[in-house]
Amino acid sequence: MSMTAVAMPLSPKVRRSRQAKVRRGVLHTFLIVMAIGWLIPIGGALYASLRPYAETSGKGFLSWPDTFTLQNYRDAWNQGDMTHHYWVTALIVIPAVLLTLALASFVAFGVSRFSWKFNIPLLLLFTAGNLLPPQVLAQPLFQMYKRIALPGFLTDTGVMLGSTVGIITIHVAFQTGFCTFVLSNYMKTLPAEIGEAAKIDGASVLRQYFQIILPLCRPALAALGTLEFAWIYNDFFWAVLLENQGADRPITSSLANLGGEFLRDDNLIAAGSMLVAFPTIAVYLLLKRQFIGGLTLGSTKG
Amino acid sequence: MTVTSTRLRPDRRSRVRQFSTADRVALTLLIGIPTLIHVAFVWFPAVATVVLSFTNWNGIVGVGGIRFVGFRNYWEIFTVFESDVFSAAINNGVLVVFLFLGPTAVGVFFAYLLDKNLRGGAIYQSIFYTPVVLSLAVVGFIWRSVMYSPRQGLISTVLGRTAPGNQIDWLGDRSHLLSIGDYGLSKNFVAILAAMAWRHVGYIMVLYLAGLKSVDTQLREAAAIDGCNEWQAFKRVVFPAMKPVNVVVGVITVIEALRAFDIVFALNSPRGMELLSILVTDNLIGEGGGNVGRGSAYGVVLLLLCVGFITWYLANHFRREQAR
Repeated sequence: MSMTAVAMPLSPKVRRSRQAKVRRGVLHTFLIVMAIGWLIPIGGALYASLRPYAETSGKGFLSWPDTFTLQNYRDAWNQGDMTHHYWVTALIVIPAVLLTLALASFVAFGVSRFSWKFNIPLLLLFTAGNLLPPQVLAQPLFQMYKRIALPGFLTDTGVMLGSTVGIITIHVAFQTGFCTFVLSNYMKTLPAEIGEAAKIDGASVLRQYFQIILPLCRPALAALGTLEFAWIYNDFFWAVLLENQGADRPITSSLANLGGEFLRDDNLIAAGSMLVAFPTIAVYLLLKRQFIGGLTLGSTKG
Repeated sequence: MTVTSTRLRPDRRSRVRQFSTADRVALTLLIGIPTLIHVAFVWFPAVATVVLSFTNWNGIVGVGGIRFVGFRNYWEIFTVFESDVFSAAINNGVLVVFLFLGPTAVGVFFAYLLDKNLRGGAIYQSIFYTPVVLSLAVVGFIWRSVMYSPRQGLISTVLGRTAPGNQIDWLGDRSHLLSIGDYGLSKNFVAILAAMAWRHVGYIMVLYLAGLKSVDTQLREAAAIDGCNEWQAFKRVVFPAMKPVNVVVGVITVIEALRAFDIVFALNSPRGMELLSILVTDNLIGEGGGNVGRGSAYGVVLLLLCVGFITWYLANHFRREQAR
């Protein structure tokens, strides 16, 4: 079969399909090489984290492993006080994501489902606010937080600085900008007739929001929730700025303290990094569609 | 679409008047509370930064003790602290240019390849996107311990430079790769650029994948019929058709470059990796802490650099919005 094909002069059609096959092959080879390259840092971290430092530093990183052990993870967990930091993180991230989605959907509902003169200015305010680099607000916000008193059950410090409420507040204030923008774009795609029908049936504004619009926004809320979880979980700047007591920092920024303690042991740092990375990678693998959807919702719908 | 909206507008207006008092209170609260929080904790401090940059406040005396000093903070940062601010500005500038020429271009390329609906395309996409879900601080730690460790890092291992006395201090070497007078691009900053690129590519790729899906296939077919080769069709037809995504990516990339903070701070801000964001923070919680005026002036420099891009983006987006 192939013999005859080689011997016979090739028809243009066969030649073209051959060419296409070769091109596909080149393309796949290129993508496979790139994909393997892309996995090297994470794969390397995983590999290093499972081996004792004495072994990799003695025999070299690429040596055949004599021992696989979870000891680095145990050490990173204990030395980094990870139980405590995960708990602190959960107390910040969960309320912050829920509050952000709630507040943003309120505003989005108001500006996208009803037409009044502040629609565009309000959307501009929220969208522009979200684009500011956080460092621009840092100095005054720090001074504000030093001076705003909170009741004792909310904070050990007596003020917003160094309190969980303080970190949640700035995340909510900042992220509401992005979520309002995305959700209002999404709500605009829902047909106006839905609200009108509800109005004729005598549904109040609140009922329209809770019983009609909110359920229809479930896909957008899921996508945004996933994305905001990762962003707030990954926050480093606000936590370092507003939580000056290293022990009370959420997990991502607590890595900064670990760096000092673990300075010599690269494999221990790798294990600590993997522990911190694990929740976002797990959420990503489970909710890939929502994760990627959240990003593109904000960029293409407009 | 325009027909329906003009038809709807008159009775929409009349509906606003029909709101009951309860509805009006509800709407005011629904919009008012989030707006109040957003303005109080984002816009108020942003404006306050500008005001405070003209004062000598140390943050300790009460607000009543704030004295205005004119442009002194700006004069100081561009003369006394000139080396800090110029090193930082160069690094931030390099970062912007690099992110566009490097990872953004690669991201577009990957998106273009994956848009061909290859077998296994979803797997490649997931792999390229994975670094995006990591914090830049974690990226910094992973690259420091796995790639750049002088004793056992992968790069040093491949280069055979792990023996004591023969090691390369990837993240500590601040000698210049490129010099501009006394300033320049430090070697350790270039090492950081590679780590940041690793994360940025996936982000851009995903945005462009969505952009490419939104390009009308007829446009490409028309280009092919007109005799364009693949590159010409992409450059002249497909890429310009993705303008909304191009604008988003442009703004995201510039702002990411100006915001960049985590990775450098997580590595203890070594010399050679100065960034404007680090200067703001150093004047707050670092060694030079308690200088609100100067820290704010750095903040204003940062604000001025990004305000043009933010306006450009908003103008683009909302003009399209009104056109609909």
